[in-house]
Amino acid sequence: MLELVKAVQSFIETRAMPELKGHTAFHARVAANALGIVARELETGPKAAEMEKAQLARLLGHEGELEELNRELCKHIREGKIDIESSALRQHLEQTTLDKVMIDQPNYSGLKIAKSR
Amino acid sequence: MTTTVDFFADLDRALAMALPGFERVESITRLSGGASQETWAFDALIDGRSEPLILRRSPGGGARVTESGNSVALETEAVVIEAARASGVAAPRVRYVLKPADHVGHGYVMDRLSGETIARKILRDVEFDAVRPDLARQCGTILAKIHQVDAAPLAHLLPVIDGPTQLRRYRDLYDSYNYPHPVFEFAFKWLEPRMAKPRRQTLVHGDFRHGNLLISPRGVEAALDWELTHIGDPLEDIGWICTNSWRFGVADKVVGGFGDLRDLIAGYEEAGGGKVDIDDARTWIVYGSLKWGVMCMSMYQGFRADGSVERAAIGRRSSETEIDLINLIIHGKM
Repeated sequence: MLELVKAVQSFIETRAMPELKGHTAFHARVAANALGIVARELETGPKAAEMEKAQLARLLGHEGELEELNRELCKHIREGKIDIESSALRQHLEQTTLDKVMIDQPNYSGLKIAKSR
Repeated sequence: MTTTVDFFADLDRALAMALPGFERVESITRLSGGASQETWAFDALIDGRSEPLILRRSPGGGARVTESGNSVALETEAVVIEAARASGVAAPRVRYVLKPADHVGHGYVMDRLSGETIARKILRDVEFDAVRPDLARQCGTILAKIHQVDAAPLAHLLPVIDGPTQLRRYRDLYDSYNYPHPVFEFAFKWLEPRMAKPRRQTLVHGDFRHGNLLISPRGVEAALDWELTHIGDPLEDIGWICTNSWRFGVADKVVGGFGDLRDLIAGYEEAGGGKVDIDDARTWIVYGSLKWGVMCMSMYQGFRADGSVERAAIGRRSSETEIDLINLIIHGKM
């Protein structure tokens, strides 16, 4: 699956884009970048999701599906059941966000700021 | 081009009555079109001289309709621009506000000034090298003048959208997507006590950032696009231009990717804008990132409707704002 996505991404970048102009060229770049996200998601996504789930289970005190656990975490933050000053919460949010940005926008300037610590 | 514009003859007739010495519209070109307005560039022959002008008009000339409902009427926009100009704010002079009898629709005509609005050029092109270090201070000066405009005569035209109101609106918008983002919840929770009380209220530009700042090698020529102007907390404008999403990769230059916050504040205070507390400014930068994050979610919802690649990809950009929120709130890093 990963190879297929990378092949299409490479086709767009090296073969199709030089033939395109204007708006279509711009959208081809956006499409290639989107496939880059898919490729990174396939590569590192499952492991990141497993870690996120394990961390959520530790924070919330029980196992569950990823989306349900995230919903519960949101509810707890909102209702003040988890203190936003808690370092366990902050570490969790930071780690999951770093993993997410590495997949979504690995060149984002905010990621460099985060890593410069 | 000109022959295909259905309101061309009507515009010509309206300006002939409105502008002394007006002879004719020479050429007209569509610059951009959004859901909320059309922008046309044209030249008008006035007293034998060709003058560059802009027509801002609602799509098809109808009344302005927007998703957010935050936009003011184009006629109000024109009134606010003139009030701001009277207080020394750099903005394009409004030449004529369309009337219903003109049959051109809702909108107004203003001067077309020269300069650049594209961030990547302003931040990277050599011709801006000399002026770039001074831009943050100039932005501070312009904002100080905007925030000192006498808002009383405008009060009946403009909505009051203060800190608590804004936070509630974006909370409602976020909730409506029913898509849990723990970092956004965290940011809302962090902001709530900090934005709980309405504070100083002034005229606010409402969208003071790259794209709406006309910049030439001489400096900031004008603040454009007053569509989101309102009465609110002046720190909103300072926080928005400092939001990382508007730095276009030059993250260490907090103000628009070109300058330092202390320079903006120096320009602001010197021009009589009042004292700016850094922690308060940071609160509004956090708000700016959160707002942009929720806007990305909102654009992604648009993708579900139109299926474009660009809109699909922008949903992923909300994670950029999440790392910005972590940097700002947890580590105090702008």
